[in-house]
Order: sequence, then C-alpha cells, then structure tokens
Amino acid sequence: MNEIKADTSNMLEIEDLSVEFRTHDRTVYAVNHLNLSVKKGQTLGLVGETGAGKTTAGLAALDLIQSPPGIITSGRITVNGKNVICTKTDNKGKQVAKTCLTKKELQSMRGKTISMIFQDPMTSLNPVLTVERQIAEVIEHHEHLGYTDATAKAREMLELVGIPGERGVEYPHQFSGGMKQRVVIAMALACDPQLLIADEPTTALDVTIQAQVLDMMKKLREQHNTSMLMITHDLGIVADICDCVSVIYAGSVVEHGTLEDVFDHTLHPYTRGLFDSLPNMEDRSARLKPIRGLMPDPSKLPEGCAFADRCDYALEKCSKEKPEIFYRNDEHYVACHLYNEHSIQEGGVLKNE
Amino acid sequence: MAKYVLKRVLYMIPVLLGVTLLVFIIMHLAPGNVAQMLLGDNATAEQVANLQHTMGLDRPLPIQYLNYMKDLLHGSLGTSYTSGESVNDKIMACFPYTLKLTLVAAVFSIVLALPLGILAAMKQNTWVDNVSMVLSLIGVSMPIFWLAVMLILLFSLKLGWFPVYGATKWNSIVLPAISLGLMNMASIARTTRSSMVETIRQDYIRTAYAKGLSKGTIIMRHAFRNGMLPTITVIGLEIGQMLGGSVLTETVFAWPGVGRLMIQAINGRDTPTVMGCIILMTLCFSLVNLLVDLLYGVFDPRVRTMYQ
Amino acid sequence: MKKKINTAEEFDFLSAQKNSQLRDVTRRLFKNKAAIAGLIFLVLLILTAIFASVIFDYEAQCINQNISQRLQWPSVEHIFGTDEYGRDLLVRIVFGSRVSLSIGFIAVAFGLALGGMLGAVAGFFGGKIDNLIMRICDVFLAVPMMLMAIVIVAALGSSIVNLIIALSISSVPTFARIVRSAVLTVRDVDYVEAARSIGVKTPRILFRYILPNSMGPIIVQTTLRIAATISNTAALSFLGLGIKAPQPEWGALLSSGREFIRDYSYLACIPGICIMLTILALNLLGDGLRDALDPRLK
Repeated sequence: MNEIKADTSNMLEIEDLSVEFRTHDRTVYAVNHLNLSVKKGQTLGLVGETGAGKTTAGLAALDLIQSPPGIITSGRITVNGKNVICTKTDNKGKQVAKTCLTKKELQSMRGKTISMIFQDPMTSLNPVLTVERQIAEVIEHHEHLGYTDATAKAREMLELVGIPGERGVEYPHQFSGGMKQRVVIAMALACDPQLLIADEPTTALDVTIQAQVLDMMKKLREQHNTSMLMITHDLGIVADICDCVSVIYAGSVVEHGTLEDVFDHTLHPYTRGLFDSLPNMEDRSARLKPIRGLMPDPSKLPEGCAFADRCDYALEKCSKEKPEIFYRNDEHYVACHLYNEHSIQEGGVLKNE
Repeated sequence: MAKYVLKRVLYMIPVLLGVTLLVFIIMHLAPGNVAQMLLGDNATAEQVANLQHTMGLDRPLPIQYLNYMKDLLHGSLGTSYTSGESVNDKIMACFPYTLKLTLVAAVFSIVLALPLGILAAMKQNTWVDNVSMVLSLIGVSMPIFWLAVMLILLFSLKLGWFPVYGATKWNSIVLPAISLGLMNMASIARTTRSSMVETIRQDYIRTAYAKGLSKGTIIMRHAFRNGMLPTITVIGLEIGQMLGGSVLTETVFAWPGVGRLMIQAINGRDTPTVMGCIILMTLCFSLVNLLVDLLYGVFDPRVRTMYQ
Repeated sequence: MKKKINTAEEFDFLSAQKNSQLRDVTRRLFKNKAAIAGLIFLVLLILTAIFASVIFDYEAQCINQNISQRLQWPSVEHIFGTDEYGRDLLVRIVFGSRVSLSIGFIAVAFGLALGGMLGAVAGFFGGKIDNLIMRICDVFLAVPMMLMAIVIVAALGSSIVNLIIALSISSVPTFARIVRSAVLTVRDVDYVEAARSIGVKTPRILFRYILPNSMGPIIVQTTLRIAATISNTAALSFLGLGIKAPQPEWGALLSSGREFIRDYSYLACIPGICIMLTILALNLLGDGLRDALDPRLK
C-alpha cells in the first residue's frame, strides 16, 4: 500500500478506508482501501458508476455510515488536520476503525467544519418542517443564535441560493425539485463550512436546472472559499467544476490526477471506458462505446484487479494480483498492471481513437 | 382547514345514517315475536296483536324505520321494551361510566405505549427492543376477557388489592382499565416502534445528523412528528376496539356502562336499547376518527395544503 | 440482443421471477425462529383437531357426565384436570379447538373471498362502482367490529353458521380496503401498463399480474385476522352469544370455568392459555411473514 503523507495543505484526507455492510446472508465490500485527499480551496471530483462506493466514502467522512449494517473495517480520515476516524486495536487484538472524536466534537464538526449535500433533494428534507426552520436549525445549533436571528439568517441563505426569503415559511412539498436542491444547498452552506461534500447534487434535476445549480455552487464556492468533494458519475460536471479527479471503481481509486492529467493523459482502461461512453459532440454519428459487462458483485470481489473481467487490455496476472500504484507525476497515479515505473512516463498504452 | 373540518363532519352524516339503517335491518331480522315474548306464553292472540299495534310493530319495516328516524332527529332513541323507560335516560345513566373507563384505558395505554415504542425503535435489535416487543406481542395476543378474569384472580381474590366488581370504590376502575387498555397499549407500542424504525431510516434523518444535531433533538424534532402519523391512525382504530372491548370488560367486572347495558338489552330482546347503544358507540368512534383526521392535518402540512 | 415482447406468453418471464421471489420469502421466513415456532405450534394444533376423534371418543369423553370425577385438579390421569361434570378438560379443549379453528379459518376465508372480490372490483374499475363499494364499507367500518358481530349473532341466534356469518361480515371491509389499495398501487405500475398495451385482457391482468403482486399484505392480514376471529369467537361464546353447552368451545369453557375461579382456577386459566397461545402463534407467523415479504423493515 502506498501511503500518502499527511499534509496540512489538505482539507480532507482519507487513507486506506474500507467499509463493509454486513447483513445476515452476505457481506458487501463497499469501499476497499480507498485513498483520497482534497486540497484546501480546491475541488476534487470523485467519479464512478453507481454502486462504486462514492457515497459511502463521503458519508464516512462525517461518520454517518449507518451501523448496523455498515462497519468501517480500516482507515484513517482527517478533516482539516483533525482525526475523525482512526484505526485502533481493540482489547481482543483486532483492528477496528472508529471515530476518535467525542459525541460533542462530532456534533460540532458536522454541519460546521464539514457539511454534505445529499443526492436526492426530494427525500433529504423533512416533510413536516418549514424550510426556514430546517435551515435555521443548523444555524441555531452552531452559531448559538436565537430563534428570530437564526430564522432571519435562514432567509438570507434562501435569498443567496435564489429563493425569495418569504417562501421560507413553506414546506418542502410546496417546492419543485430544483428549488428543493437549492434549499438543501442553502442548508449545507448555512454555517460556512470549510469542506463541502456534494453527493451528485444535480442528478435528480432537469438538465437546464442542473446548469443553474452548478453555476450557483461555483459562485458560492468562490465567495466562501470552500473546499469541495464533488461526488458524481458525470464527467461533464467534473470538467466544469473540479481541479482534481479521483476515479473510483469497486470501492478503490484506480486513477487520480489533476483535471488535465486525467482528461488528457488518461491511463486506466476504466477511465478510458468512461470517456468512450460519453456522446461525442464533434462527431455525432460516432457510436457510443459502453464498457461491456457489469461491475463485479461487491459481495464477491475478485482476487485480482476488480476491473479485469471487463477490461480489453487485461493480462493474465490481472485476475490474480491486485495492481500496484504507479505515479506518472507528483499527482497523477494509476493502479493498473499495464504500467510499471518505466512505462508510466510514456503514458500511451491505451490507443486514443 | 375550516372547510375541511366541515366536509369531514358532513361526511359523517350519511355514514351514521347508513349505520342506523344497517343495525335496524339486522335487528329486525331476528326471528320471533317481541310482543309475544314480552307478554309471556299465556297471552291471548288479541293481547299480542294489541301490543304489537301500540308498539308500531305491525307496520311495514320501512315505515317503522322512518318513524324511528323521526324520533332520532328529535333526539329520542325510543322507549325500552322491557322497562318502559326512555332509552335516552337508560343510556345516559351508563354512558359516563363507559366514557370514564375508555378514557382512563386510552390514556394509560397511550402514555405507556409511545415511550416504549420509541425506546424500542431507538434501541433497535438490542435486548431492550427484543424484550419490549416480545411483551407487546404477548399483550396483543391476550384476549381481553381472559386477562380480566386473570386480573381478578390475582389482584382481587388472591391479593385482595382491588374490588372484584362494581364501580363503587375509588380503585374499582384500575383492573377494568388495565384489562381494556393492555391489548391496545401493546398494539400502539408495536406500531410506534415500526413507524419510528421506518422513519429513522429516512434520508432527512441522515440530513439532520449531518447538521450536527444530537440524537435526542433528532428523535423529538424530526422523527417523532413523522413517525406519529401511522401511530395516530392506529390509536384511533384502537379506541374503536376499546369501545367494542368495553362490552367484555364491563360484563366481567359488572361495570355499569353502556357495554353491559347492551348485553343485558340483547338478552332481554330490548331492540330500542340495543340500537341506542350501538348508535352511541358508533357516534363516539366516528368522533374519534374525525379527531384523528384533524390531528393528521396538525402533524402533516401536506394534508393541510391538500384541503386548502 | 434486443427482442421485442409481442405476445402475452412471452410476458410470463414475470412468473419465473415470482418463483424466485417466493423462494427468497420462504428462505427468509425459515430463518425466523419465532415464526417457525408459531407455525409448528399451529400445525400440531391443526393435526390434533383433525385427528381428535381418533384419539378420543367424543360422546364418551367429551359430552357424557361423570360426576364421580368432578372438579379434579390437573394430575397424571387428567393432565388439565376435570370440569364440574367430571369431564376431562384436555379432551374438551382438543374438541374445542375444532370449533375455534374451523370458525376462525372459515370465517376469514369467506371474508377474504368476498372482501377481496369487492376490493379488486372497486380498485380496478374505479368511478361509481368504487365509490359505492367503499361507502358501504365505510358504514360497516364505522361500527366497532366486536359490536357488529355481537349484533349480528344476537339477531340471528347463536349457532356455528351464524357465528361464521357474523365474523366473516366484520372482516369483509378490511379485506376490501387492503385489496383495493393494493390494486390501486399496482394498477398503474409499468408492467401492468405494458401488459395492457400488448392487449392482455382485463380479467387476465387482474388475476395474473395484479392479485399475485398484492399477495404480501393480504397474506399477512389473513393471518392476523384469523387470530382476531378466534379471539372474537371466544369472546362471543364468553358473553353467552356463541357456542352453547355442552358443545365445547374455548371461550365457553373459559366462561363456565369462571364460576369456579376461586377454588378451581385451572378451569379458567387453561382454556385462556390455549386461546392466547394460538393467537400468539398466529401473530408470530404473521409478523414473520411480514418481515419475510418486506425484509426492509427488520
């Protein structure tokens, strides 16, 4: 395992994170030895298919994985230099990963240092509370404001995301999907978090609304100088909003680099596949080339590279050994058997068609 | 909202009319001649015919029904066949007892069931949850009348803590209320648990955790109001169950309520009193259901907007 | 690879899917120890009820009085003791289970058949028919169930048939509502629309696609209703409105045992325990079925 050194310039660091979901008939290995880091003031895109473990990784940073069935089996998570999750040895000599914060610390971190925009705005708002109450609640909690002041600030937040403040007295069901997502964003930004985890913030929205919401998020990010982890499956959004990209497959990062590294010097066959399955705007007659097959069952992960079965370039050892990590430069790395210390510099194993 | 309330109240009228018609028909399906039974076997055919005429029983059923309804609109439930008293008086003498018994049982069951259900949901799959759910399952399975008999056996006959029957002493109500309320308590606790379990898995509860709120705040502010919705419905239904169950409890404990009156009236073939009891109980049940619907509006803004 | 689905027969892949669903449900149910305990208890109870007359002699042991043996506490000879006429309580309980169980099952079966039909019709056709059926159900539901059953039995007189009528009528509206709402939720689901769009006829849709998919809540409710009906049968007999002596029925046994509660408490305790265990077993099974059909909740 390649250790990434702790770095104070990182807002979020996740090292060697593994999360399992154990039910009585099977264990799902959702996240497997995942490493990622978000630099201060930057945005990292975490890209992968549905079920790749993106959301789980995001939730782990807030220690929000529901247990049972979720168990963090290993890993260390640091937010702004402070340990949130660390691996300890319990009294039976077994390694367990747990939060190293007290309840109080955890409660003052969530929503203040780090906050999260959830995937589905339709279900992430409480149907029986007014939207301003739901925003004011987090302000009351962290900034110790009274009812009236908190409500006033909640209305300011609504205005900030483009909703007239007086609509704050309405209930979530009186808002459209796009509006609800704005409310969720207002709620997440209400206490000026240093790190924002956005879990597919636009997936549930219409394309036109998507663009608006993304623009708004970009603007707000600049105003508040927020670091961001953008979880998405949409490479278009990544190109639009991110500084760096981590590509996640079956719960581990298979390729990571700056936007330019990953987009222009694609190394991993899976990343290549993701690009090929996008419609090509220049050549509209070009056929899409979807990646064949499906992601392996996360309860029966293969011994070797998880992508081997679907990979056009697979070698014999791919299905037997886990690939090592090779760096192309200080930032850009790939976990793939096609590369070694020497060949990585040349870059072009994959044909750019 | 006022419009909604009005609509709901107006809707009760055809339902209650339907109930009177239904019960009237069922009661008059009963074989045998009431007048003959009242006069005894020695009465002459003429006497029977006369009595039938004075009671209005010789007229066609639809006319009898209309007459009954006419009286009902004037607030009269008719005259008892057996005692000749006004049914209103008979029932009003008993109703306070049934009301008291049902209210005490309802309060006792709700006050215990809600915290128990919430606690079990919060401690899901721990021993607290398992023990309280096994107990509620046993509670749900215990027939009211058997529970009543067992309570008498243990607390009245063996321990002598409470009177065996009647409503004369201050503590007379304890055993009837427990026997009437326990099953409902268990059932409300089970519903509360399962709706809370369902609620605390919702995304908005996760959102609340992500805000940094404490578990207590989240349960009380976010989960409780949402989890209450199915529970309110069940509480309404359970109160209906209690009204029905009061017949059993009141019979076992000789509690002078409407339920006991009804059984006595049934045994005496006193149709007007039986109908009066049923109409009163149904009215109570309908009012409880109305209250439940209105509470729904209070708890759920979606319901409120629907009727604006 | 893409193949057009153009006949109703090809649509039957749904039933294959259903088979595997059924397997999943059974597997989950069999993992639930409490539900299986309930099931085993019920099976044993039903077997004893069926073979009661093979084991015991109805006339000699259950009906005929034997005053010399009266009011004996449970012993090796009479495991459950004897009643005030010297009859063995165990024998009476075994024969009583026949009455309780058959009324429970038959009444619920009638209620389910009638209610299910009405509900399916209401849900599927909607409009005026739906309105009419549901309003009638509202009237029935407005009267607390126990009272309705009491009134019906009081009017018709107490016999097994009348008990069955009274108790099945009181469960008709509940089933009608469940089936109707199940039909309503399934009616507009994509695969039903797909079936309709390729010209599958209405009754076939109803029986082949909609009813099987509304099975979950119906099965669960049926189990729970059987429990409630057995309890209500006993309650009616207890009030003197159900089964009459000397025919044994659990509620009636309990009721007559009540007179001797001070000195011979077993006469009231044992029949009550039997009722409770049976209802408990049905509730356990019902809970288990619900969890197995909808594993999300556990």
